[in-house]
Amino acid sequence: MIRAQVLICGGTGCTSSGSVAIQKKFEEQIVAQGLSEEVKIVQTGCFGLCALGPVVIVYPDGTFYSRVEEKDVEEIVAEHLLKGRPVERLVYTDTGDVEETIENVSLNDTAFYRSQKRVALRNCGVINPEVIDEYIAMDGYQALGKVLTEMTPDDVIKEILASGLRGRGGGGFPTGKKWELARNLVPDADQKYVACNADEGDPGAFMDRSVLEGDPHALIEAMAIAGYAIGANQGFVYVRAEYPIAVRRLQIAIDQAREYGLLGKDIFGTGFDFDMDIRLGAGAFVCGEETALMTSIEGKRGEPRPRPPFPAAKGLFGKPTVLNNVETYANIPQIILKGADWFASMGTERSKGTKVFALGGKIKNTGLVEVPMGTTLRQIIEEIGGGIPDGKKFKAAQTGGPSGGCIPAHLIDTPIDYDNLIEIGSMMGSGGLIVMDEDSCMVDIAKFFLEFTVDESCGKCTPCRIGTKRLLEMLDNITKGKATLEDLDRMEELCYYIKKNALCGLGQTAPNPVLSTLRYFRDEYVAHIVDKKCPAGVCKDLLTYSIIADKCFGCGMCAKACPAGAIYKTDYTAPGKKLPALAIDADKCVKCGACVGTCKFKAIIKG
Amino acid sequence: MKSLAELAAIRDKMKDKVVIREGSQGIRVVVGMATCGIAAGARPVLNTFVEEVAKAGLSDKASVTQTGCIGICQYEPVVEIYEDGKDKVTYVKMTPEKAAEVVEKHLKGGKVIADYTYKA
Repeated sequence: MIRAQVLICGGTGCTSSGSVAIQKKFEEQIVAQGLSEEVKIVQTGCFGLCALGPVVIVYPDGTFYSRVEEKDVEEIVAEHLLKGRPVERLVYTDTGDVEETIENVSLNDTAFYRSQKRVALRNCGVINPEVIDEYIAMDGYQALGKVLTEMTPDDVIKEILASGLRGRGGGGFPTGKKWELARNLVPDADQKYVACNADEGDPGAFMDRSVLEGDPHALIEAMAIAGYAIGANQGFVYVRAEYPIAVRRLQIAIDQAREYGLLGKDIFGTGFDFDMDIRLGAGAFVCGEETALMTSIEGKRGEPRPRPPFPAAKGLFGKPTVLNNVETYANIPQIILKGADWFASMGTERSKGTKVFALGGKIKNTGLVEVPMGTTLRQIIEEIGGGIPDGKKFKAAQTGGPSGGCIPAHLIDTPIDYDNLIEIGSMMGSGGLIVMDEDSCMVDIAKFFLEFTVDESCGKCTPCRIGTKRLLEMLDNITKGKATLEDLDRMEELCYYIKKNALCGLGQTAPNPVLSTLRYFRDEYVAHIVDKKCPAGVCKDLLTYSIIADKCFGCGMCAKACPAGAIYKTDYTAPGKKLPALAIDADKCVKCGACVGTCKFKAIIKG
Repeated sequence: MKSLAELAAIRDKMKDKVVIREGSQGIRVVVGMATCGIAAGARPVLNTFVEEVAKAGLSDKASVTQTGCIGICQYEPVVEIYEDGKDKVTYVKMTPEKAAEVVEKHLKGGKVIADYTYKA
């Protein structure tokens, strides 16, 4: 009889920090201690606290071990599992204001999890994604059963409409509306398709990967429900090949669902047929755009085409198609089981439910969080995210990746939902949330995203192909101190031109990072252009390093560290010092900053 | 899968195996499993609790867990029962047989077996 279960995260984050070896070690130790009959090891999907991986949770206590190493496993098994004494030094204790004794520190009491509301991620980190029975134990496939036996397709669509669910991939189009169109627009269609966008190209976003890795059956169930609702019997999941764990688990899940007859012919004896396949993408950002994605599934070069016709009328292989994002689908079974009212009770007026954010950048708890729509940025960053490390000041948060914009510090109390984000010049996007502190240069951030879009532009339309390239050149000039204030105006004009004229979403949103940083941090652009200074000290060309001669003891540590040989001896000896002071030759200096850390006397300054 | 009944059967069969992950339930049965406890025979007591709780269909109401030494080593195996709004009950010198009785009378029936407690 199993009395304890050890859940080990097998998400991509923890896998790269060594969770596979840890699991093996646990299995060995459990056998060595004779606990095989009492303790079970379960590999799960992502728990969300990726910064603290590899993560291990021991149930029934719910003890949360972070940064577990192979050498710790023996101790955990011998102490905790055998003798019941949690290994305190490994227990994650950052519980904020919850004052609990160590044995009561359960996962759900930690500040990181307490304010979260897990709907799309509800099974991630709880079940073993490679065992269909565990998904079924968590009420899996009940929603599909309910839909097929108790509801008509129109009922399903009505329910989804009533829930207020909007597309989680970024656009925020009402999901029920999309399904309704796909069902009704072409009444005599001989074939329809359900497709899933798991391309997730935004730098920093990884919620779709997490659902695929941690709860793949939720996606399968939801796609079958969508198939029933619109009258399709074939589904495609378009997922990038750079997600090997996700692809493998999804394939395992599809095989298991087929074996159980939850995919295939005559599901639940209702006469409804549905099957699905995986299509691998090669990781082009443009293939996250819906028309390019479908072109790619068809086996052609992944390029967008003009809309209309919209996919609901002419999608995959020219047939009516519903295309939703992974996170959107992950909400569907819950809406069917718990009802539209339950879902609509969470969130704001026009954005219902929850949203998953991938927290990254200058934040303590890097990872995945799911919160009700309308949660403020402050709550996400300070409460759940644990704040900014090293006591630095919050400067801005970037949402929506290369298509989004930034939210400056004075708007930190904005409730986050689709409409509020658009209003302040950003967008929800897929949910990447990159936090920046005072050391981040906003011009540099804009340049980073532009470099990305220039790389990823497919080249089909001119505004995007040439426009983004020119935009990047202008930004580059600014960071080098070569631009004028007129350039700033020209740049803004070009931004609006690209937005208006590019063919697809990629191009139309590419200038957003520039526009939003210009809107909130224009003074930083001006500082680069007029004062030739980078206030955050990031843009190398505008930086100078110098040695304060009167503080310099002439010890030579900095000269030793300098890779460019730019530090030389002067003939000035400061009062009270024995050796002549050193100085930096600006022509030779490569601005790597290696010297700064070596100076014990803080005589080297950056500015 | 030809019917919803089949699906429900799998769910019911598996439910016990995953319910443990839902965290703390109403009643917590804590077995002292330090060296003193193990030496006095706490392991079979712990396992009996796990089995009997499942058999009695209480898996979603009670969780069985373990702890270290609580300092009354001469009374081991010691078992503590925590329930919201009620005083903690400490059973001492437990055996697998007594454990089964505690599940039946205390956890299921709500009646503390005074004879086995520390105070007795």
